[in-house]
Amino acid sequence: MADFLMPALGADMETGKVVQWLVKTGDRVKRGDVVAVVETHKGAIDVEIFLDGIIGDLAPLGEALPVGAVLAHVLEAGQEHVARDGTAAPAAPTHPSPAPAPGTAAVAGTRAKVSPAARHRAQSLGIAPDLLHGTGPDGTVTLSDVVLAAAQPTPLPAEAAPRRGFDAALMRQAIASAMSRSKREIPHYYLASTIDFGEAAAWLEAWNGDCAPEDRLLPAALLLKATAQALAKVPQLNGFYDKGAFRQGPGLHIGWAVALRGGGLVAPAIHDVDRKTMPELMSALRDLVQRARAGGLRSSELTDPTITVTSLGDRGAESVFGVIYPPQVAIVGFGRIAERPWVVDGRVVPRPALAASLAGDHRASDGHIGGLLLEAIDRALQVPEKL
Amino acid sequence: MSEQDIRRIAAEVLAGIAPEADLSTLGDDEDLREALDLDSMDFLNFVIGLGQRSGLNIPEADTPRLRTMRGVVACLSQ
Repeated sequence: MADFLMPALGADMETGKVVQWLVKTGDRVKRGDVVAVVETHKGAIDVEIFLDGIIGDLAPLGEALPVGAVLAHVLEAGQEHVARDGTAAPAAPTHPSPAPAPGTAAVAGTRAKVSPAARHRAQSLGIAPDLLHGTGPDGTVTLSDVVLAAAQPTPLPAEAAPRRGFDAALMRQAIASAMSRSKREIPHYYLASTIDFGEAAAWLEAWNGDCAPEDRLLPAALLLKATAQALAKVPQLNGFYDKGAFRQGPGLHIGWAVALRGGGLVAPAIHDVDRKTMPELMSALRDLVQRARAGGLRSSELTDPTITVTSLGDRGAESVFGVIYPPQVAIVGFGRIAERPWVVDGRVVPRPALAASLAGDHRASDGHIGGLLLEAIDRALQVPEKL
Repeated sequence: MSEQDIRRIAAEVLAGIAPEADLSTLGDDEDLREALDLDSMDFLNFVIGLGQRSGLNIPEADTPRLRTMRGVVACLSQ
């Protein structure tokens, strides 16, 4: 049996509250399923499970639980074969098993003890006895536990559960704690370059000219893709600093900093940016920003960023130097794109210019590597049709 | 489409993007992006929403006109 744990949805999270279960005891779950809604300082997050099997022992709703607390048990696929031999739980219950009584779940660490009579009755009732709360000696699941469980009504799916936005004061605290940790622990170095955005702007204008508004691209999509292409060449900045060493990220999952109305900031990941086409990236970006603001971010989006990009948009300041979000090792910043005098072939011409910056963790890399990344971003933006 | 319809549509779309905004204090010539603190993504969503609700095709070249309510009314009543 495997444990499904309260995920750490960012370096700044200490506890979370399950406010809704989207599965019930006895349901089959598979990797990537959203099984619970957990309320954090970043709002209500859809939490995915990364186990395959049958879920049970669901933690009670509304209780603040620390990161790493057991939220449920999952009887994994491999163990189900044992079940078919008649020595463990049935693989697929014929009817949904009831949820454990509130307050009894989520504490058992190891596989439950089940009395033979209880197991026999459970099998005939189609209940997974290992997922029940035992009241016998040493927490053994007894016949009466099984009978009691079978008698309980199946809980209704809680569709009307609260889906609240984030709490601004809590989010402020969380940002304070993560950023203080960053500035305390991470020796930042900073680099900046000004990039000629002329080619990219012309390409964007041509693309958008023929498009319906919903298919139009923003410079943000180009900046993301250019950063991903550059990181593929300079992977030393894509990953985590952890236990005294740099560990490269498992993919190019770029955290995109989204300012929330009313204050606050969240930087959820867009997964595999390098493998998305420009229209795919733009629609992922729109969807992500909308969910960041309205609620409905997924847990993997908060746990997976391998680097962060912050872009100030068309009304922002000229440039930005970010604070690294631990345990990441770098943050790329883009300022507002604005017309500037630019020297081309010995003559001064007006060009749209973009101030790009990098803050890097000096424990993981040096300025030379950081410079290579900015240079690679610049190069990528000069051939926008290849983004 | 009447001016009243256009203003209603614009207000509905903006309410989805900036729910806390008080549109009654918004002047006709104020830049919506500044008055309501809209970023480029918000403004794109505004243009998309206007197009979808009005059923009009809004060319990219016309979008700068949509930065004020006066411009929105002029652009959508054509």
